[in-house]
Amino acid sequence: MVSAEPVLRVVELVKHYAAGGLLGRRQPPVRAVDGVSFEIGPGETLGLVGESGCGKSTVGRTVIRLQEPTAGKAFFEGTDLFALDRRSLRRLRRRMQIIFQDPYSSLNPRMRIGDAVAEGIEIHRLASRAETRRRVALLLEEVGLDPAYAGRYPHEFSGGQRQRVGIARALAVEPSFIVCDEPVSALDVSVQAQVLNLLTELQRRRGLSYLFIAHDLAVVRQVAHRVAVMYLGRIVEEGPTEALLASPSHPYTVALLSAAPEPDPAGRKRRIVLPGDPPSPAAPPPGCPFHPRCFHPAKSDRCRTELPLLRPVGATRAACHYAETTPRTLAAG
Amino acid sequence: MTARSSPEEPVLRVRNLRVAFPAPGGAVHPVDGVSFDLHRGRTLALVGESGCGKSLTSLSLLRLLPPPGRIEPGSEIRLDGVDVLALEGEALRAIRGRRIGMIFQDPMTSLNPVFRVGDQIAEGILAHFKIPKREARERAIALLREVGFPDPARRADAFPHQLSGGMRQRVMIAIALAAEPDILVADEPTTALDVTVQAQILEVLDRLRASRGMAVLLITHDLGIVAGRADRVAVMYAGQIVEEAPTAELFARPSHPYTQGLFASIPRLDGPVRRLNPIPGTVPSPHAWPSGCRFRPRCPRAFEKSVLEPPLFTVGPDHRMRCWLGEHAGEQ
Repeated sequence: MVSAEPVLRVVELVKHYAAGGLLGRRQPPVRAVDGVSFEIGPGETLGLVGESGCGKSTVGRTVIRLQEPTAGKAFFEGTDLFALDRRSLRRLRRRMQIIFQDPYSSLNPRMRIGDAVAEGIEIHRLASRAETRRRVALLLEEVGLDPAYAGRYPHEFSGGQRQRVGIARALAVEPSFIVCDEPVSALDVSVQAQVLNLLTELQRRRGLSYLFIAHDLAVVRQVAHRVAVMYLGRIVEEGPTEALLASPSHPYTVALLSAAPEPDPAGRKRRIVLPGDPPSPAAPPPGCPFHPRCFHPAKSDRCRTELPLLRPVGATRAACHYAETTPRTLAAG
Repeated sequence: MTARSSPEEPVLRVRNLRVAFPAPGGAVHPVDGVSFDLHRGRTLALVGESGCGKSLTSLSLLRLLPPPGRIEPGSEIRLDGVDVLALEGEALRAIRGRRIGMIFQDPMTSLNPVFRVGDQIAEGILAHFKIPKREARERAIALLREVGFPDPARRADAFPHQLSGGMRQRVMIAIALAAEPDILVADEPTTALDVTVQAQILEVLDRLRASRGMAVLLITHDLGIVAGRADRVAVMYAGQIVEEAPTAELFARPSHPYTQGLFASIPRLDGPVRRLNPIPGTVPSPHAWPSGCRFRPRCPRAFEKSVLEPPLFTVGPDHRMRCWLGEHAGEQ
């Protein structure tokens, strides 16, 4: 799938947070990201899906060094990102941007949106004042906003419009890669569709690469060429989107698909309902992180003691000892 | 199963509900003539996007509108024939929780962080039933089991922050059930939850609806969760119900252009990946409801008659929509 040098190559990324201990008691660290590797090629979108506590947002922030990693490497356009000094990092920052989930808190309420979009251009000294104004107008148009709105403040816009401003702001510095951290989760359905179409169109036109983080598989399907499913800090399955959705091999992927709301009243009659809740990364179970909730009939002691690694199974790679025989639906009876 | 009246008789009848909020240019009506019935043992889903008025509708049922909101005269809410809008004081308190229970979107802000969850459930029981504390505690544990906790006696002693989002929502359901209501209003009960937990919660609600013969009003923006989990769907837009039908019928034959637009803009897991067809424009604000048909400015099928406000027309079995395109449907 990846022909030329990948835009982003992540190798065994690890991010642990020190857990606070009361009265100096030492706690084991919270293993938010525990060994994640992937590549994203030019013009490609990798979808990163998972539920609360899986580490997907941490991955997003760490691969562009908004947070420092604990271990691992990230190569951005061939450059070792984590080895860069502050100045070189700053220059490279232009090329990698991020769009956030909450269109209400990601824009400075005291800044006119035109100035918010212009800020990156000014910081990186990419254009003169007059040229910057022109570029801002073009960018606003490109994301579907009237350039005359440049003088307005965020509170004057709806959630979907603010999200477009966030996208314009990210595009202003001409990045090659954008981390989209749940960009449509807070939007209404009809607005969500507009923003997804916009992101797809921008990718096509500008050759952008995206790391698209979401919890909604149907949304991810619209924009991602490949998908990685995360659970408790690790990738448990990854592969081309259609293949992964059509023939998932990891039980967690099967459960996610089964639980996904689907506007079809005939529906999947027997939904797989996982017991328990997504676990906290502060106390991961030994062996396979999914085993306490796993419904695979072949689940064994091996699952409780031995961590399964990602390996090719059919058209995808899955981290399960019994991935070849993962059931897609509940057994009858 | 306890059926307390014939299933044909609605336990709740809402007619012409209108909510007014004062505004500089004159009152605005974010809920503008909503009518529906709730039946025991059945779920009605009220579906719509932000600003359509669905949450205010649900708050009206319990007379919990935030001031300065008011329910307009001419609105009717009848609970087993009793006029809810005429009740005051003790009589009103007697139905809140006890006849109509409610659960909200974010369980963390609804639970008291300094009390154990078992005590909060027991408190709910004691508010409605005069029984000894010990019995209230036993009932609380039984409720925790009913909402799906495998070790309810232990869970009862937990504080809210010790529980996950899904568990807290189950506690909220237990508190709502403690009063043994005939009607449960669930306002976006799973929106803040992970998808696998969402599936659990919706299953709990459905199981309780069946075992207790409750009427459930499920309010959501997500058409996807409605399929297979509601008997009937009402779609709201700009303060009005624009389409309503049995669920299977609505999904098979969405007839109102807004409903059709919603379906076209939802990403799907089944079928081939296709470009989404979003509804152009944005949802209008109650301060500026469009004249005539409120969907007209965004409707691909608007025509001359759209400048007049359409009534509900029958377009199929128990299937009505608020659109002039349906005017002659019954004649075919």
